[in-house]
Amino acid sequence: MSAVTVSAVRRSFADRPVLDGIDFDVAGGEFVSVIGPSGSGKSTLFGLIAGLDTPDTGTVTVGGAPAAPGRAALMPQKDLLFPWRSVVDNCALGLEVQGIPRAEARARAANLFPAFGLAGFENARPGELSGGMRQRAALARTVVQGRDVVLLDEPFGALDSLTRTDMQLWLQDVWMRDRWTVLMITHDVREAVLLSDRVLVLSPRPARIRHEVRVPLPRPRTLETLTDPDFVALERELVDILHSTA
Amino acid sequence: MTTSRPDPSSPRWVRIAAPAAVVVLALVALWQLYVTVSGIRPQVLPSPARVLGQGWAHRDDLAAHTWSTLQVTIIGFAVSLVVAWALAIVVDFSPWLRRALVPLFVVSQTLPIIAIAPLMIIWFGFGLLPKVLVIALATFFPMAIGLIEGFAAADREAGALLRSMGASRGQVFRYVRLPSALPRFFTALRIGITYAVVGAVFAEYVGATSGLGIYMSTQKNSFRTDLVLAAVLVTAALSLALYLLTYLVERIVAPWALTTGNRT
Repeated sequence: MSAVTVSAVRRSFADRPVLDGIDFDVAGGEFVSVIGPSGSGKSTLFGLIAGLDTPDTGTVTVGGAPAAPGRAALMPQKDLLFPWRSVVDNCALGLEVQGIPRAEARARAANLFPAFGLAGFENARPGELSGGMRQRAALARTVVQGRDVVLLDEPFGALDSLTRTDMQLWLQDVWMRDRWTVLMITHDVREAVLLSDRVLVLSPRPARIRHEVRVPLPRPRTLETLTDPDFVALERELVDILHSTA
Repeated sequence: MTTSRPDPSSPRWVRIAAPAAVVVLALVALWQLYVTVSGIRPQVLPSPARVLGQGWAHRDDLAAHTWSTLQVTIIGFAVSLVVAWALAIVVDFSPWLRRALVPLFVVSQTLPIIAIAPLMIIWFGFGLLPKVLVIALATFFPMAIGLIEGFAAADREAGALLRSMGASRGQVFRYVRLPSALPRFFTALRIGITYAVVGAVFAEYVGATSGLGIYMSTQKNSFRTDLVLAAVLVTAALSLALYLLTYLVERIVAPWALTTGNRT
């Protein structure tokens, strides 16, 4: 069964079509990236899958049921760690919202801290964390919710390129351990190819799925993968598609 | 090392307070000089030394009236706080009530207190109630608006994040909008608390059995300018103390608002 299905989805805002018939599935445990020009409606698509918005026509399902709040776990572009909560309390927020008692929510969030490189920072304030740690904390807050799907909206866009590469390889590691179903928005073609099983390319607005690329490269992918001829060829293919539309 | 670390706040505090202290001392010195040189009658302008000396001589009287004013200020301000919080929350949840009530809040601030306060005495007598109402009227608006704008200033994306987690409107309020509003609230609280003392003194001035306001009025009528100014000094000190107290409360309730520079 597909973890996410998006079929014939259209969405307009004030008579401006943003999504113009989007169709795709994401299988359970699959890592799929969505790339496309700026303003092509990627965030609108995520809003629909997160259940924050409903399509004008078409259907979106998550875990076999219509998309609704609380079915997919969203990691927004901004880390949105709240300065009034400690790091572990930030990570436990989604569980608290679900009604899980605070102590248990904190314990479950804290369990992720070693693997997320946050051990010892449980009671720190978000302001004390580095940029990479903040993103890892935001990801911990997302995956601890235990939802069918994890939605990552440009998770590493705010990081410098060195940190970003480290974070991408780290994300692959934690993902390979637990195999959550991931749908990731990114502008970064290299990031999409490095991390994904499949890359979807959106056209400029109004968006359709313009192209779909499978990434059959073996895992775990490493820094050497970045220079592998197959990797470079895929990256090239995607860059060409993006630029031919722009 | 067994010695405690030097408190980094006290030198900073001195650096912050020193310029104001220098200016105040210079003005007081100028005032003293003028009174001494010109030989002006103390009924018209007493010297600062005389204000302090006579204030000290009447300290029991002043303390009793100050206590009375402080009580009225705290009760009035507490009422204002409770009403401001309650209405700001109601307005945050209901766009209809926002449109219905916010214009009334603005009107409440435009009422000339100078005209309303005597009417309050006529309507409600010389007791606590008219003073509480005057203070509430003077302080409600900045705090209610501070809260309403504070709630509205919460990050929209943070609200969306909470909703994606399945949060109810109430949970979004509790986890995002309420804490987001606190920095603005404390700014509004500082404005409100200074209005509160002035409001209390004004309400007492118009008619009261005790308090700094009625004390000033009585002393003025017996040409004790020195004691009027002594009461003014106490009023200023009281306002300043309450103002500084808000920083202490903020440090306890919302320490992140002071340390992260997250103020908007």
